[in-house]
Amino acid sequence: MQYVFLCYHREKEVFAWSKELETDVMAKLAAVEDKLKRQGRLGPVARLMPTSTATTLHKDREPPLVVDGPFAETKEQLLGFFVIECKDRAQALETARELGVANPGGAYEFRPLLVFHP
Amino acid sequence: MQDPAHIDLVLLGARPKAVAALLRYFRDLDTAEEAFQEACLRALQSWPEKGPPRDPTAWLIMVGRNAALDSIRRHRGDESLDDDLLPHEDQVSVPERLDDSDYRDDILRLMFVCGHPTLPAPQQIALALRIVSGLTVEQIARAFLVSASAMEQRITRAKRAIATAGVEFETPGAPERAQRLAAVSAMIYLIFNEGYGSTPDTAEVRGPLAGEAIRLARLLLGLFPTDPEVLGLLALLLLQHSRAAARFGTRGELVLLEDQDRRLWNRALIDEGQVLLEKAARHGEPGPYQLQAAIAALHARATTASETSWEEIDLLYQALERLMPSPVVTLNRAVAVAKLRGPEAALQLIEPLADKLSGYFYFHGLRGALLTQLDRPDAARESLNRALGLANTAAEADHIRQQLDSLS
Repeated sequence: MQYVFLCYHREKEVFAWSKELETDVMAKLAAVEDKLKRQGRLGPVARLMPTSTATTLHKDREPPLVVDGPFAETKEQLLGFFVIECKDRAQALETARELGVANPGGAYEFRPLLVFHP
Repeated sequence: MQDPAHIDLVLLGARPKAVAALLRYFRDLDTAEEAFQEACLRALQSWPEKGPPRDPTAWLIMVGRNAALDSIRRHRGDESLDDDLLPHEDQVSVPERLDDSDYRDDILRLMFVCGHPTLPAPQQIALALRIVSGLTVEQIARAFLVSASAMEQRITRAKRAIATAGVEFETPGAPERAQRLAAVSAMIYLIFNEGYGSTPDTAEVRGPLAGEAIRLARLLLGLFPTDPEVLGLLALLLLQHSRAAARFGTRGELVLLEDQDRRLWNRALIDEGQVLLEKAARHGEPGPYQLQAAIAALHARATTASETSWEEIDLLYQALERLMPSPVVTLNRAVAVAKLRGPEAALQLIEPLADKLSGYFYFHGLRGALLTQLDRPDAARESLNRALGLANTAAEADHIRQQLDSLS
């Protein structure tokens, strides 16, 4: 089953990371990704620009309303995602732990994909 | 959050909000700063053991405030029982009740205090880096190539000037807020230019200032996410910073925009700047930062120097001249005019600026380059020699010397 791992973190903190910390975290994540790739489990991976670049189209009204910023003001923001093949929830949790060790703070929310057009 | 490096990050992230709230509470920069320092010390002691609080910023504000109150009480106890200097009890619960809109004006006030228009630029920069960014006096002193004690004095003088000037602590109305926003934006741009203006020999100590300015601009945009000029300011900084790796050659020599290796430009920064600029444009309220960012974006979009859209750049500079008339803006436009209509037209445009810009390196540099193109070597040499005397950095001087050499 394909799972998506949504990476939530306090964006102000992450974008204030020093170059050393940034390099360190990215290297650790790359190591986890490499392992998943060798196992043939790694799908698309993305890191998003800060929420200041976001625009939201509210389509629950006519005409739709366009506003600057993310859909919801939350303490932690969606900063990126991984799509990873996991045979069950236990393996997905294990994978989330591995990613979490590489990238401390914040949270990974993981959910199976319902529809996926890679 | 056991990891001390991670705690440091949280403290750094909480700093502007917490110091800003403490400033509102105590109305004194030194007290607010000391209160925050004390709260940080206690956080480093207690968080690794007890785990982090749910809202670290609120925790730091509470603990800092209580520590400062204790210290004021202890101090008072020695002299008198007069409680007049203590903040009023009805203000005590303020930090817990702060919502983001309160924070917004608090942080803006804190930044405005640092970028107060009565302070000379070097004091603004030093104060902002110390108070808002939390750099140590030693770090700031190193960036400005002065001793720590000289920098300490500069910061103390700035604080004294602020205390004398007085700062409005009421919630600002729309016009005051707009004024503060403009002053704070200008201060952030000053910090950026200190970093951007660094050359290979000073890059290690000053380069980080550009990154710090970008961080402050992000903070400001977080407070005013729909303000087109704040979007424009961050876009401008990102677009200019995107060229950092290409601005100097391997021997530390200055590489002009048109000669830069565009593969060294940072695409991620360019893309982000571009998106922010597009978001700003949606509001239909162009301002100086948006226009300058738009000019930077046109350069960034050209895959080679010859593909640069000089017509659009000329038009944007004309718009900037109308909005913010300044000889420096006209001087910049002259570069576009030279590309579009030749060196003679550009020279005619800048000759009237000679008086106002007589002490400006770039004026004589550009004039010399235009005269060289017009095959007037004697006049060119005179201008280039003036530029040489006004060069701000060794790299600029070398660049001019090269042009002088090619004349003879």
